[in-house]
Amino acid sequence: MEYNDRIQNVTVLGAAGKMGSGILLLMALEMADQKLKPENKEKSYVLNAMDVTSGALPGLMKYIRTQVLKAAEKKVVALRKIYADRKDLIENSEIIDEYIEDVMSIIRPGTRIEVAFESTLVFEAVSENAALKAKLFSQIDQNNPLKPWFFTNTSSVPIEGLNEKSGIEGRVLGFHFYNPPAIQKLVELITIKENPAGMREFALDLAKNLRKIIVPSNDMAGFVGNGHFMRDALYSIEKAEVLSAEMPVYEAIYAVNKVSQDFLMRPMGIFQLIDYVGVDVVRFIMNVMNPYFKNENLHSEMLDKLFDLGIKGGQYADGSQKDGMLKYEKGRPVAVYSLEKKDYVPFASFAGKVDEWLGEMPKEVMPWKNIIKLADKDAAAREAFAQLKTMKTKGAELAIAHARRSREIGQQLVNTGVAASAQDVNTVLATGFFHAYGPVNDFVN
Amino acid sequence: MIAGYNTISMGTGRKEFNPKKERPGLEHYLKEAGQGTLQQIGGAKNVDEGVIGNFMAARFNRQGHLGAFMAMIDPGLRYKPSLRVEGACASGGLALVSGIKSVLSESADVVLAIGVEVQNTVKAIYGADILAYAGWFNKRKDGHAYFFPGQFSDRAGAYFSKYGREKTRLGMARWYRNAIENARLCPTAQEYSNATVDLDEQGLTEPTPKSFTDNLNVFDCSKVSDGASAIAIVSEEGLKRAGVSLKDAVEVIAVGHATDDITADPEDRTVMSTIKEAVRVALKDAGITVNQLATIETHDCFSIAGLITLESIGLAEPGKGADFILEGNTSRTGRIPINTTGGLIGWGHPTGATGVHQAVTVWEQLTGRAGNAQINIPADRPYALSINMGGDDRTVVAIVYKKL
Repeated sequence: MEYNDRIQNVTVLGAAGKMGSGILLLMALEMADQKLKPENKEKSYVLNAMDVTSGALPGLMKYIRTQVLKAAEKKVVALRKIYADRKDLIENSEIIDEYIEDVMSIIRPGTRIEVAFESTLVFEAVSENAALKAKLFSQIDQNNPLKPWFFTNTSSVPIEGLNEKSGIEGRVLGFHFYNPPAIQKLVELITIKENPAGMREFALDLAKNLRKIIVPSNDMAGFVGNGHFMRDALYSIEKAEVLSAEMPVYEAIYAVNKVSQDFLMRPMGIFQLIDYVGVDVVRFIMNVMNPYFKNENLHSEMLDKLFDLGIKGGQYADGSQKDGMLKYEKGRPVAVYSLEKKDYVPFASFAGKVDEWLGEMPKEVMPWKNIIKLADKDAAAREAFAQLKTMKTKGAELAIAHARRSREIGQQLVNTGVAASAQDVNTVLATGFFHAYGPVNDFVN
Repeated sequence: MIAGYNTISMGTGRKEFNPKKERPGLEHYLKEAGQGTLQQIGGAKNVDEGVIGNFMAARFNRQGHLGAFMAMIDPGLRYKPSLRVEGACASGGLALVSGIKSVLSESADVVLAIGVEVQNTVKAIYGADILAYAGWFNKRKDGHAYFFPGQFSDRAGAYFSKYGREKTRLGMARWYRNAIENARLCPTAQEYSNATVDLDEQGLTEPTPKSFTDNLNVFDCSKVSDGASAIAIVSEEGLKRAGVSLKDAVEVIAVGHATDDITADPEDRTVMSTIKEAVRVALKDAGITVNQLATIETHDCFSIAGLITLESIGLAEPGKGADFILEGNTSRTGRIPINTTGGLIGWGHPTGATGVHQAVTVWEQLTGRAGNAQINIPADRPYALSINMGGDDRTVVAIVYKKL
C-alpha cells in the first residue's frame, strides 16, 4: 500500500490526552497537506480523534483549531500557492480560514473504538498499560479487514510483548514522540523483526514529512530516552539519600538538583525534570521497566512515598508546572518537599549554606542558556569539565561523578543493544531532553 | 510651516513595545501630536482649520470619520472646519497639500495638519492585506502574501536583472545601515535602541522566498508602526498670530503633487516615474536643481525604493544608485544627507503619518532643533525636499522647503 493510501484513514486512540492531542494535530496537518495536492483532490481523508473521555472532546477540537490557525499563519506564503486557483479567496485571512476548515473537516471526534475498524493506520496514545494496549489492538484487528498498522507511543513497554499479546502478526512498531509532539523534534523508532515489509520505510517517510528526527531504539523496556532518564533519576535519588547522612535530605535534594542543573549545564535539574514529567509518570515508567531488568532495581521508595502522599508534579491545563518534589513560583523552584516534615522547606532558609558547601563554579561552567547557543558546545563542555576535574570542591566532585554515571548509563544502552550507537544516545538527549552535550563523551575520563 | 511634533514611532524594535499588552489607540496619538503642535502656536484658538492624513483606520481601528476627531484633541477646535484625506502612504503629504491650498486660497491662516496611523492592531500577515489596499484590488489575488514587499521585490528583481544583483544588494544594505545609524540619534525613532554591531552584514541577509519575498529581506523593509506627527501650516498673518518668529519657521516654496493610474503596472520597474514628475515640478517651481538641496526626506518604504528614487530624481545616473549610496553621499556625513532621523526604515512608517513626519523632520533640521540628529545646513544650500509616496509610485507629494 502506498504512503498516501495508508494515511487516508487514520485513528488516534487517546486523542484528548497530552500526547494524543499533539499526534492528532501533526497527523491532521500532514493529511491536509496531502489532500490539498491537486492529484489528491477527489480522495477522502478521515482522521478519527478517539477518546473515551467524551467531555474532553470539545476542548480538544478548540485546541486543534487554535493550533491549526497558528500553523496557517506561519505558512501563508505556501498557502497562497496551494489556493491559487480559488479566485474567491483573495486576502490572507480568507485563505487561512479556508485552510483551517479544510484541516478541521478531516477530523472526526468520537468515543467509540469502532471508528478504528476502517483505519489503515492507528496511533495509540492511551495510558502506559500493556494489557490495555494489547486489548485495544486485538479488538480493532479482529474487526478490521484492512490489516491496519499500529504505531504505539509507549515510552517504556516493549513492542514484542504487545505484538504477542494482541496477535496482530507483527503489525506494530514503537513511534515514540516527546512532549509536546508538535514541537519536540525527536521520535524514537522501535521496530521488531516481525514487522511487515515496508512498515519501517513508511515510518521513516512519515517522520520526514512531520519534520521529526528519528533515533532508532531496540526493543528493550524504556528504550533509549527513558533508559537513560530513569537510571539518571535513580542515581540522583540515591545520591541525595547518601548525602542525607551529612545534611537534611531536603537539602541534599537541593544540592543534587543544583549540581545536575548548574554544574552539569543542563536545562533543568534532575528533580525539576522528574516534576516536569510527573512523579507519578516516572514511578509508573520504572514499574513498567523493572520486570525486564533482572540485574537492576529500577524502583525508588522515595517516589512511592511521595506518590502515596499525592505529591505528583506534572502540569496544569495551561502548561504551568505543578508542585512536586519541588515547589514552584512563576515556573521556578523555590522550595523542596520534606517527607519528614510533610511540607515544603523554602530554599531561602538553607540555600546559602548548601551553595557554600558545594563551592564555587569555575567560569568555564556556564548556564545552559548560554552553552546551548554556542556553535561548538562540545568544546565548551570539555573545557568546563577539565576545570571541574582540577577542583576539590564538593560540587565539582559530585558533578564529575554524576557525569561519569550518566556516561556509564549511555554506554550501557549501547552495550546492551538498546541504542545502535553512542551517537544515537547523545542525539536522544540532545533532541529529546535539550542537553547541550551528549552523556557519552570523553570529557570526564 | 511651524511647530512640528512627532510622537514615538511605536512597534517592534521599541523597548516599550509589547504585542501581548493593550496599546494606545488613535485618540492617544492624535491628541499627543495635536497638543504638541498647539502648545507651540499659542493654543487651539489660533487654529482656523484642521486636516488629518490617515490611510486605513477603517480596517486597522474600525474607525471612519476622522475629521471629527479634531475637537477631541482640544475643545478649542470645536466647530472649526476639519476633514480627513487619504492617498495610501501619501496621506500625510496630502494633508500638507490640503493645508497649503487652504492657506494659499486665503481661507485659512493657520492649519493644523496631523498624520496618524495605528496599525499594530493586527498581525503582520493580516496587516499586509490591509496595506494591499494601496494597490489595485484586482491585483491582490496574484500578489504575494506580503503584497507590497512583493511589489518592491519585483522592482528589485527587475533592477538586479538590468544592473546586477551584487552591487545593488550592497547599496541596499548600506541604505539600511545609514537608516539605523540615523535612527540611533533620534529618541522617537523605532530603531533608536538597535544595538546590532555589523549593520552592513545584517542588511545583506539572504532573502528567504519560502517565508518572505524573493529579492528583499526584512531589513529592506520599513517598519510596521503606530504614531502621529503634527505641524502647523501658516500664512505670514498666521505666523504673527501664533507668536512664532521667522527663525522658528521654514518656508514652503514649492509643491509637486502627481498621481498616476493605479490599475496600470509601472512601465519600467527600475524607474519611479511619478516621483520623477512630482519632484521635477516641485524643483522647477522652486527654481532650484536637485544638487542645491541640503537634505532630503524620502519615502524609503523599501531600501530599493530609496535607491531607485536617487536615480529618478537625478542625483545618480540610472544604474548608479548603489554606487552613489556606497560612496557615502547619502549618509549623515555625506554631501546630501538623506533621512537624517532614519526615514521609513529606521524611524518608522505609521502609514498616514509619514508625510507629515517628513515635514516635521525637515522643519527640525532647517531650524536647528534636531538635537543629536542635527546636520549642518550649508549656507549656500538652504533647501530641503520631502518626497511622500502612496502605493507603488501612484500618488506622490514632493515639497521644497527653504531655511529662513
